Amino acid sequence: MMKRLFAVWHARNLEFVRDRGTMIFVLVLPIALILGMSFVFGGGERPLFKVGVLAPVVDTQSHPFLGERFTDFVPVTDEADAIRKVSRHSLDLLVDVKSPVRYWVNPSSPKGYIVEKLLLQADPSAHREPVSGDAVRYVDWLFPGILGMNLMFGCIFGVGYVVLRYRKTGFLKRLNATPLTAFEFLTAQVLSRLVLTAVVTSMLFVGIGALINFHVAGSLLLLFVLMLLGALSMIALGLTVAARFSSEEMVGGILNLLSWPMMLLSGVWFSLEGSPQWVQWIAQIFPLTHLLDAARAVMIDGAGIAAISNHLIYLAVTAVAFLAFGAWSFRWRAE
Amino acid sequence: MTSALLEVRNVVRKYPGPPPVLAVDGVSFAVPEGICFGLLGPNGAGKTTTIEMMEGILAPTSGEVLYRGEPIGRRFKEEAGILFQKTALQDFLTVRQSLTMFRGLYSHGLDVDEVIRLCALEKLEKRDTRKLSGGQQQRLLLAIALVNDPKLIFLDEPTTGLDPQARRNFWELVQSIKARRKTIILTTHYMEEAELLCDEIAIMDKGRVIAQGTPRNLLREHFDEVLLELPRQEFPEGARSLPLKVIEASDRVEITTNDLDGTLRKLMDARVPLKDLRIRPPNLEDLFLELTGKELRA
Repeated sequence: MMKRLFAVWHARNLEFVRDRGTMIFVLVLPIALILGMSFVFGGGERPLFKVGVLAPVVDTQSHPFLGERFTDFVPVTDEADAIRKVSRHSLDLLVDVKSPVRYWVNPSSPKGYIVEKLLLQADPSAHREPVSGDAVRYVDWLFPGILGMNLMFGCIFGVGYVVLRYRKTGFLKRLNATPLTAFEFLTAQVLSRLVLTAVVTSMLFVGIGALINFHVAGSLLLLFVLMLLGALSMIALGLTVAARFSSEEMVGGILNLLSWPMMLLSGVWFSLEGSPQWVQWIAQIFPLTHLLDAARAVMIDGAGIAAISNHLIYLAVTAVAFLAFGAWSFRWRAE
Repeated sequence: MTSALLEVRNVVRKYPGPPPVLAVDGVSFAVPEGICFGLLGPNGAGKTTTIEMMEGILAPTSGEVLYRGEPIGRRFKEEAGILFQKTALQDFLTVRQSLTMFRGLYSHGLDVDEVIRLCALEKLEKRDTRKLSGGQQQRLLLAIALVNDPKLIFLDEPTTGLDPQARRNFWELVQSIKARRKTIILTTHYMEEAELLCDEIAIMDKGRVIAQGTPRNLLREHFDEVLLELPRQEFPEGARSLPLKVIEASDRVEITTNDLDGTLRKLMDARVPLKDLRIRPPNLEDLFLELTGKELRA
């Protein structure tokens, strides 16, 4: 029995080692994840809370609260903007340590609740100021993120693997023998997935929205168009990856390499407020970041088309660019 | 050869290494309209590589393939129907749905109903394509190849792996297509299939065409003799030194001769038992053995 087991084990190992694509991604993906995580959460202790401090620089000696561990103190200068960030869960709390000590917290924020206790323990005299405007519930802030993440995974993996399977089974080769062009084939795949994504996302939107009693501040039509553009961009991204390769591991590796950083850095779960500038800059490359920024602006702040036009343009341009690149590099047959 | 529907001109195909493989090494022939052209050869002779270059899905390393005197392009794709050796179809689709999808890719062609009737798929039209038997699957793939009412049909080893009954059914289908004056290009390693269906054949070995013509002419060219077949174990070592033209196959020896009486006498003198001797005219299988030194099905 051991002999047979060994024979199969050895053959599989050879197969694995000779498949360069797999090798690269089995090694590269964990390293990239470690590096990525260490940059995002690096600098020793991982901060749990993000507190805005109304000062040009944060002087930890100026107030006992500023010495708290696991808290990221971000200097802010624009008070109105910082208060808006508190209401939008970008900051858990905003504090002005000049006497008399004042602070702003979103009453619906779980993290804000705890960090407020820390502040009051350090300084019981601190005075709570009302958050002007609508304080946004945390669940309302998270809602677009969850929808966006679901959409991203569906779009990126959905089409990529289908095209890959078609190529491996020789179905693409058969299609190549017909008048069908690569662009026609890819466009059909994109549109099919787009309709599916639109239906699923709309259902989730209506269903979860009703469950959490969510009210959209802005235009539903604009939101729908935004969702279509975002989905288009990410479907095209998935297709671009699957356009050429025939190894499941290779495609899976690249798709993971794209989707995981997107999930972590696009602001699905937490705001990148206070992260290093270059992390925020990288996040701006991801279509999901633009989709979520724009979706939150429309859903929570009631932004109009002008306010999110830069995001719309970015999504449209990337969709066209990915699709064009995919059609250009497309291969019908497995090597 | 201006009347050729499809012309292959000095086509070469190399596969990059390591080690590099010269799969097709300078092949030229022309396929006139309306015939069934057979491309024969042992496994690895370059048949499939050649036919894939003729189908326009594999680019030649050098040389050219011309359809109606022009390089393969959109017109070719509209007018050609192709049956590959192995094709998986989309999952979850029925026979009719698959046919309808392919019909949608062409600007003109046959009604899906007509193709279903032509390939005797009426009883299977609602079945998931994954649940078809080998013979049924080939009939569906042939139906897909016919859906655009092609002028030119490629069949790449269409009956390999089918049982004899399914193979015979498939041949009948091909003959009914031939009757519609279609040009057919067929690869096969069944000589029976080639003799039954092909008007003209080219025999390939090691990437080259080693003989070409109508089956009848090729046989006449290479054999003015009859063939004597003996079981191998009944052919003694001593008889090998006889002045005879002997080809050894796996289970038998074949002696070609135009002097039947003399040969029989020589065999009897050498005490070769003639109980299981068979005398027959040569067929394509013999021609193949003669030309390549290989058995086609080996």
